[in-house]
Amino acid sequence: MKRPPKDNEASQKIMTRRGLILGGAQLGLVGVLAGRMRYMQVDQADEFRLLADENRINLRLIPPSRGRIYDRNGVIIAENAPSYRINMIREEADDVEEVIDRLARIIELDPDELERALKDLKKLRGDTPVTVADRVSWDDVSRVAVNTPALPGIVPEVGLSRHYPTGYDYAHVIGYVGPVNDRDLETIDAPDALLLIPRFQIGKIGLEKRREDTLRGKAGNKRVEVNAAGRVMRELERVEGQAGADIQVTINDQLQAYVNSRLEGQSAAAVVMDCENGDLLACVSAPSYDPNLFVRGISSTNYNALLENKYRPLPNKVVQGVYPPGSTFKMVTALAALESGNANLGETVYCPGHLQVSGRRFHCWKRGGHGSVDLLRSLRESCDVYYYEMARRTGIEKISEMARLLGLGTVHDLPMTSVAKGLAPTKDWKQINRDEAWQVGDSVNASIGQGFVLASPLQLAVMSARLATGRSVEPRLIKSIDGVEQPPLPGEDLGLNPRYLHAVREAMFEVSNSRRGTAYRSRIIEETLRMAGKTGTSQVRNISAAERAAGVRRNSDLPWERRDHALFVNFAPYDNPKVAVAVVVEHGGGGSKAAAPIARDITLQALYDGDPPLEAYPAKDRENIEAQQEEYQKKRPNRSKPRQDRA
Amino acid sequence: MSYLENTVKTVPSGFGKVLYLNWGLALLLTAVASVGFLMLYSVAGGSFSPWAEPQMKRYILGFAVMLVVAMVPIWFWRHMSIVAYIVSILLLVAVDLVGVTSKGAQRWIDLGFMRLQPSELMKITLIMLLAAYYDWLPLKRVSRPIWIIIPIIIILLPVALVLRQPDLGTSILLLAGGGLVMFVAGVHWGYFAAVFAAVVGLVKAVFSSRGTDWQLLKDYQYKRIDTFLDPSTDPLGTGYHITQSKIALGSGGWTGKGFMQGTQSRLNFLPEKHTDFIFTTLAEEFGFIGGFSLLGLYVLVIVFCFATAMTNKDRFSSLLTMGVAITFFLFFVVNMAMVMGLAPVVGVPLPMVSYGGSAMLILMIGFGLVQSAHVHKPR
Repeated sequence: MKRPPKDNEASQKIMTRRGLILGGAQLGLVGVLAGRMRYMQVDQADEFRLLADENRINLRLIPPSRGRIYDRNGVIIAENAPSYRINMIREEADDVEEVIDRLARIIELDPDELERALKDLKKLRGDTPVTVADRVSWDDVSRVAVNTPALPGIVPEVGLSRHYPTGYDYAHVIGYVGPVNDRDLETIDAPDALLLIPRFQIGKIGLEKRREDTLRGKAGNKRVEVNAAGRVMRELERVEGQAGADIQVTINDQLQAYVNSRLEGQSAAAVVMDCENGDLLACVSAPSYDPNLFVRGISSTNYNALLENKYRPLPNKVVQGVYPPGSTFKMVTALAALESGNANLGETVYCPGHLQVSGRRFHCWKRGGHGSVDLLRSLRESCDVYYYEMARRTGIEKISEMARLLGLGTVHDLPMTSVAKGLAPTKDWKQINRDEAWQVGDSVNASIGQGFVLASPLQLAVMSARLATGRSVEPRLIKSIDGVEQPPLPGEDLGLNPRYLHAVREAMFEVSNSRRGTAYRSRIIEETLRMAGKTGTSQVRNISAAERAAGVRRNSDLPWERRDHALFVNFAPYDNPKVAVAVVVEHGGGGSKAAAPIARDITLQALYDGDPPLEAYPAKDRENIEAQQEEYQKKRPNRSKPRQDRA
Repeated sequence: MSYLENTVKTVPSGFGKVLYLNWGLALLLTAVASVGFLMLYSVAGGSFSPWAEPQMKRYILGFAVMLVVAMVPIWFWRHMSIVAYIVSILLLVAVDLVGVTSKGAQRWIDLGFMRLQPSELMKITLIMLLAAYYDWLPLKRVSRPIWIIIPIIIILLPVALVLRQPDLGTSILLLAGGGLVMFVAGVHWGYFAAVFAAVVGLVKAVFSSRGTDWQLLKDYQYKRIDTFLDPSTDPLGTGYHITQSKIALGSGGWTGKGFMQGTQSRLNFLPEKHTDFIFTTLAEEFGFIGGFSLLGLYVLVIVFCFATAMTNKDRFSSLLTMGVAITFFLFFVVNMAMVMGLAPVVGVPLPMVSYGGSAMLILMIGFGLVQSAHVHKPR
């Protein structure tokens, strides 16, 4: 098409003009863009740089390694073992079910755990790691690691988890740790940031709980660069935390293991104390349980089994269990009467087999009576009437005062859970708690450790140690923290008349060394190590007049839970007391039969720091003991020598 | 002497045409594309795959296509413009029927060897037809209402079809590009004033229609407007993109964090970092200096086009060249405004730099036409 030249010229003129206008407008817009760019990149650069850093840099806590726990010789009781788990990040797995399928072909997956994991994978944010397999063996972890290219989103993780190599032996003393839960957090005012880490382990019971602050340590932190999916790309900076302090306990691992084995099959408690400084050398409650079960959360099946066991494995009977001390309380009554001037050392009381007090008849265990008894005979043969008489004269206030002086009815502050106070009753106590006036009969009952009096095995051992030394020895569990020795607690002089104390000790010596003593059969032959003790049998039922008339039924004829508790307290060697021991066998029958042999065996083990020679035992027992020792060696071959694991 | 004889005599022919190509423009385009290769290499973490290498191959292909288009006389393209336009319209209709749905919009026809995006093609063919129309139309009729209606229909038909996909970004680009060609062609001021008033009215209508039965836009488009106006309302959803983009851009500072050191892109905080948001990676790694340099290159491309357009006596060539330049300009301005948080996120790629085959190929065809106009300039 042909265009007139004039039109062409006019067109070009218009287009040039319009083009220049448009070009100007375009330049203006470009100017706006450049200005905006300058404003953002120069004026606001610092703010945006900060935002970019906030995006990419994450502050992560480094959990400190928990302090380890050793026995007095350096044997490891609680350590931190590497634990492996397999995590999955949904975002990085293309097809979750496909990946799980492949994983299941490589390692075994627990169906319950898998179900929970799949639920979490759906519910939680895509970048949250979800544990699909916990407590995985090293073999399985390496198998997964080798196959990672085929398993997108699967991340093996290694962490530290508490492990108790000799679990059963220390369940009650050391306790256990477990994953922190909401209930734990509620009880803490300002929770450490560490506690917010899922599955962080804190002490739940026992020493682990009571010394949580010492053992936990301080968290470190690290600055890491993460990508948009939250995956760590590299570490930028690291501030190390502080590992928890190691604790060395006073327990002698070898003795602890022996006592555990000696109490096996019974519902019992035994405690061995160093008389001189209060160190607990062994502290055992039987039956025990495996604390490792609790570390990552116990299954309800296992937990219910522990709850339903009639021997009650869970509580620590040494400090939590309170029992009527029975005849082991007689030393208290005797000393109270002597110190208050209500009795003299040479004085005798006539025992016809019972005592009439304010219209009620109180029986001696020996139906025919002991005849004329003094202090020595009353303890040796455990005459009850002598103490009924002493209580009648002395009154409960003086008796309870003496009990508290000897460590009963007061709390000994040990780093264990639920340390019981026991009960040394007073008139006021009964008025307040029972809303009844105190009767003389109550004092009479209390004089032989029945009625309201309650004591824990620990308190009985403390009593024994105080009788042995005349000092207010306090029990102690922690020997050193991070190598720093803790002060021992030998205690002040009790201020008791040495003559009275001597008489009581002498009588206790007779108990286990005189032919007429109630624990003669459980004596120690080795002369330098002979012990002084006292048997106790505490009733858990009332004996009615009718039953008494028909003849008291033998313990072995009764159902287990109605049998008497068997008790024994002792210290040894008599001349130079080193250890104090208390043994309680729940529903074990008589103290002389059920508790005294155990106490004797434990005492010998403690004094010899290992298996004692058979010569130390009465000839009659040797065959038995030899078999016992052999069996023990077979059961625990690796425990014959203390391991020196400590660096 | 007839016009035809005149042109035949003064226009180069055969291989001699190569010497008459606008080599400056070709060099500029290659420079811009090279910035793209560099950034695609960077966002892939220092690797030619998966983006930089295919992009280079496509550029070589595109460059060849540009040369071929440039060798063909401009009057051939003028004759072809009506055909090209009709084919584009048919393809747009076809995409509505058999297109591949992606991100909630039907945009592609899968041809097997490549995905054809007819709306991209439309940008060039629309300009071609408008240029041919105004070349044919005597100047004195340009501002007459009857002769105004025809180009408006030519523009609105594809705009409506693209809007149906729905692709707001491309429809705005088509509308603005077509309108600006009309402006350059000399249509009277008054019309533009009227259109401006109408647009203001339309914007008002769009906002007031929200939530009613006659809602004009899709929900996601409203949401994009919302997040544009206040990105913090949806920091993890749609607003996340623009917030992260601004952080990347701003944190670049004067000189940037260094090649392949951009934390925002390297750690995947940036969305679509190889396509629509590639400018942020450049600005993050090379700072204001880098971003401004690319802007400068773009401006130079426009300047080169305008310069050749204004010196071209052929009305079709002149209009076509300006039209292509305007389209190119709208591309990068909208994209940059978008990543800087000055415009809504409408999904417009950065021309010649963003990863993507059909957009680059179409642009190279456009520049082929510009070259053809330059080569076949009446001298």
